[in-house]
Amino acid sequence: MILCPPSTEHPRGNQCQRLQGQVVKMTSSDQERPQFLFVKALASRGRLEAVTQQMGYHPQYLDSFLKMQHYLLHMDGPLPFACRHYIAIMAAARHQCWYLVNLHMLQFLRVGGDPQWLRGLDFIPPKLRKLNEINKILAHRPWLISKEHIEKLLKISEQSWSLAELVHAVVLVAHYHALASFVFGCGCEREWLDGRSILKSTLPGNQCFCESASGNSCNLELLRINRKRSLDSCVELESLRERIQRIHLETEGREETRPLPQDREEDFDGEIVRATDLSCYVQDPDFGYQDFARRDEDQTQIFRVQDYSWEDHGFSLVNRLYSDVGHLLDEKFRTVDGLQSNAMAKRQGCESSAFKRGIWNYIHCMFGIRYDDYDYAEVNHFLERMLKVYIKTVTCYPEKTNPEMFSRFWKQFKHSEKVHVNLLILEARMQAELLYALQAITQYMIS
Amino acid sequence: MEKMARVTTALGGNTITGRTMFCHLDAPANAISVCRDAAQVVVAGRNIFKIYSIDEDQFVEKLNLRVGRKPSLNFSCADVVWHQMDENLLATAATNGVVVTWNLGKPSRNKQDQLFTEHKRTVNKVCFHPTEVYMLLSGSQDGYMKCFDLRKKDSVSTFSGQSESVRDVQFSIRDYFTFAATFENGNVQLWDIRRPDRYERMFTAHNGPVFCCDWHLEDRGWLATGGRDKMVKVWDMNTNRAKEIYCVQTIASVARVKWRPECKHHIATCSMMVDHNIYVWDVRRPFIPSAMFEEHKDVTTGIVWRHLHDPYFLLSGSKDSTLYQHIFKDASQPIDRANPEGLCYSLFGDLAFAAKESLISSDSNRKPYIGDRRHPIFFKRKLDPTEQFEYISSSSALSVFETDLESGSMDWFVRTAKQYALAGRPLAELCDHNAKVAKELDRDQVAQTWTMLRIIYSSPGTVPSANLNHSLGKGSTSLPLMNSFNLKDIPSGIGNESRLERSKGESRSENILMDSSSTLINNDENEETEGSDVPADYLLGDVEGDEDELYMMDHENPHAEEQEYILPQEAFPLRHEIVDNPSALDHLQDKADSPHVSGNEAETVSLTPVESFSLISISHSLYENRLPPDFFSPIVRDMLLFYAEQGDVQMAVSVLIVLGDRIKKEIDEQTQEHWYTSYIDLLQRFQLWNISNEVIKLSTCRAINCLNQASTTLHINCSNCKRPMSNKGWICDRCRQCASMCAVCHHVVKGLFVWCQGCSHGGHLQHIMKWLETSSHCPAGCGHLCEYT
Repeated sequence: MILCPPSTEHPRGNQCQRLQGQVVKMTSSDQERPQFLFVKALASRGRLEAVTQQMGYHPQYLDSFLKMQHYLLHMDGPLPFACRHYIAIMAAARHQCWYLVNLHMLQFLRVGGDPQWLRGLDFIPPKLRKLNEINKILAHRPWLISKEHIEKLLKISEQSWSLAELVHAVVLVAHYHALASFVFGCGCEREWLDGRSILKSTLPGNQCFCESASGNSCNLELLRINRKRSLDSCVELESLRERIQRIHLETEGREETRPLPQDREEDFDGEIVRATDLSCYVQDPDFGYQDFARRDEDQTQIFRVQDYSWEDHGFSLVNRLYSDVGHLLDEKFRTVDGLQSNAMAKRQGCESSAFKRGIWNYIHCMFGIRYDDYDYAEVNHFLERMLKVYIKTVTCYPEKTNPEMFSRFWKQFKHSEKVHVNLLILEARMQAELLYALQAITQYMIS
Repeated sequence: MEKMARVTTALGGNTITGRTMFCHLDAPANAISVCRDAAQVVVAGRNIFKIYSIDEDQFVEKLNLRVGRKPSLNFSCADVVWHQMDENLLATAATNGVVVTWNLGKPSRNKQDQLFTEHKRTVNKVCFHPTEVYMLLSGSQDGYMKCFDLRKKDSVSTFSGQSESVRDVQFSIRDYFTFAATFENGNVQLWDIRRPDRYERMFTAHNGPVFCCDWHLEDRGWLATGGRDKMVKVWDMNTNRAKEIYCVQTIASVARVKWRPECKHHIATCSMMVDHNIYVWDVRRPFIPSAMFEEHKDVTTGIVWRHLHDPYFLLSGSKDSTLYQHIFKDASQPIDRANPEGLCYSLFGDLAFAAKESLISSDSNRKPYIGDRRHPIFFKRKLDPTEQFEYISSSSALSVFETDLESGSMDWFVRTAKQYALAGRPLAELCDHNAKVAKELDRDQVAQTWTMLRIIYSSPGTVPSANLNHSLGKGSTSLPLMNSFNLKDIPSGIGNESRLERSKGESRSENILMDSSSTLINNDENEETEGSDVPADYLLGDVEGDEDELYMMDHENPHAEEQEYILPQEAFPLRHEIVDNPSALDHLQDKADSPHVSGNEAETVSLTPVESFSLISISHSLYENRLPPDFFSPIVRDMLLFYAEQGDVQMAVSVLIVLGDRIKKEIDEQTQEHWYTSYIDLLQRFQLWNISNEVIKLSTCRAINCLNQASTTLHINCSNCKRPMSNKGWICDRCRQCASMCAVCHHVVKGLFVWCQGCSHGGHLQHIMKWLETSSHCPAGCGHLCEYT
């Protein structure tokens, strides 16, 4: 409906139509909701990101997701704005996610970050660089994080972190690792790299958007600008490009300086990053996911949710150290849990809640988090092999996801349902990382 | 341990004795429960399930119920409860969702009796019926509560909460059929055990999960709940709608609540995260716990009163793998450490003081002291005599001291704040300007200080010579007010004043250098024209005048008195008198403001022979011609400290800002910060927001600078429907339109917005400017001919 007009040849056109059918059944306010959220997002960012569009299939979730992300990045918090974006870059770079790195490079510069930092980890303050250790661990093997890591960061020195800053950073890191999974899982990264981002392919589709909102000239205006870049952002674009170019000149000082090709200006966003390599944001690139079962037995124990759960423990800690974020995270976890997926579950031949729980617990299980009250045999029962492969890849090494995987698992399923699975992955992964990190912080605080 | 109290309580036939003691468990505990006779306690956790007997001096392990080489998850307990009717009967809630009962009377090693595997998720709570032997209730994560009859294999009834996980279930103690259940979404439900189809009553008790609840032991209508929102609430269930009657705010999420036996208003709580202490609250005094047990090193997971009728013994288990018996006598009482006195100034100089009544009355000899000029008012509050426990003494007295209205005027402060120039011009001009401002307000000393600062810090070239001449020329030959040089011979006991004197003296000498004639006086537009015989009552008049209240806050009465004694001493032989005169004067000027200055201070200002003064100053002209400003830094620093000390933080901060780097490094950061915050606070009390913001902006302290970076949110209303916009995004939630779009680029304008008053279209300032350069029509296409000037 919103994303794709019936006329386009887009492969997902049919699904969209089907979705539209469902939407009609909803109340009118629900119907307007996603587009309203889109317009809001568009107005505040000046563009509609692919991620937002994908999540638009589940408007309740999109709402809480945007609220949370807005709070993390743009509201009062212990970390300076530029740092937040830089941490996002560091986190996304762990998974080679160009899409997110790029987005936050631009935002980083926009909030006045030091362009030097974009040259890599060697150019940032040591304080921020110290975060890289837990970034790395949380991204791939969160069970390895211990109170010693926390201690190291908090040890009083010139470069020490405060607890509140650390919690803010941890939430950011977890958020962007998980979001990277989503970006790969939904193919946003792929499409973005191919230069035919969903944004462009679906923009004509905004007509239906406009039609439904006819009479609201404001929306029409809004959408028109989306097609041709506004003066405003052109100016911004220009200055950003200059700044980035300057950095590049500095970085590649000795190499021949090649100006950015002018004709590619449209794809400017992609261009800058292509010139560099994400490896400058990554230390120890070989550190990757390893099956939890293969860990050293004596080193880490199984994480029992009954002993440290989000609802009872994680929430209280995170909310105490970084006020209100707990509520936003809580809302997000609840929303994703409450998303309706009856059709999806029915096709799998089980109850909706059992199906969701199966996916959720399977993801947590890959990170060594166990539920006493869950029979893990159910996982094999509910989740077929292809789906498991997909989930595992997206969760543990999202950078290895290929577009075929997305279309191959569950051929019969709707696009929105696949997005739903990806949302489950996003949230489960984020919660897993948060649980480990917060448990380490708790242990530090007790000792 | 030895010094801890031993308590003996007689309860009917059996006595409970004991002391504070603990024992190590092998593993973290999740819950504890006590046997009916208060002699045994059961501890359960993921890896522990043991029964200890409570001896007088120690816990003794009686029985390990965790048997088998590799115990199954059925032994991993989330909760445990000991039947209050049958001392052989226990029930546990296993983390894997099984409810297990145990029969201690079994002859075999394994005491496991029955297994109920009906719940799909972790069981959070089990609860026996208080009077019915075979009835057991469980509440689980899956949202169901089940009632079991222990004589049957399956549950008798299932209650569906229809909302999320069940966190706690408790049978009412008096109502045979009623039980309460609390939920993860903040609801509390009341059920009738006979009606599994529908709850009797439901209400939202907390924001977020309600972790626990407890029925009052005596008052049948009371239910206490504790939640993740850090609150403990007491509900009166007797009315139709559950009514919240007490609320206690704790510092962490509340994991358990337990009413204290025999004490109607006392309740024990422990927390789930971060805070390891156990608190006992009097719900009527919700701000401070009445007792506190601080023994645990990790969160307390289970608390239970040892005996149903004994309020002095509390048992607790914790994640730090210890089991404690706490005794009330050994509890720490935070009230003892609280500061029972409060003191606060009002904007108009009234002073309120609250303290324990006993303190006030015992101090009666001080009363007349305060009472002579001001009017104390007393309020008293007595607590109701029904109070049973330790805190009967909590009555306090509040006194308010008013000041005279006229002397309370802070006019000068406001005017000075408004008129001072702090930046934007050369130093010399700033100083001159500020000197003039001070002069206009009859604050001569301040005016002079500014003048001196100008002379010290502006290089001779930049000082307008005319100005200098002017001031010097105007200085009359005899000015008793200004002569000062007294590095020595200051009567001890004046302290700060003496330091100022010195600074003044030296800066004066600088002036002298500039004009080596014997006219020493740089004080220009003073009343010097009146000659040396400044009438004493003029000064006195000054005293009572405008600046009256300036130091009122800082001058304690004893101080004033001290001066009264010192001053007469100053009027000694001639020589001394000369030297000391200025100091007397300074008292006048500085202290002029103190309402306590008495006439004799002013009288000591005698006419000063100028000659002797010149002698001293001439000796100084022997110094080299020009000293670098750095030379004076210590003096200026002392001067600033002096002003701050005197309560004129305005002066200190103004000078600090005007001089900037010249003086900054002389004064340590913290002091500066302190001055700034005090001044800003004062400015804001007088609602001088602009000035306070300017001061913040001009300050060089980081801590101050960032003050106006905080809470910079700007709330806007939608331009269409005039409703407040939500905090996120640029679109109105109500009318669903963008706020303030630019007519040129069609983007939301987030910065400066300019619009035509004719057609009300507008946009980004730059876009409109650019547009109107080339076109005279409105960019929105409305046809209006817009104009931009």
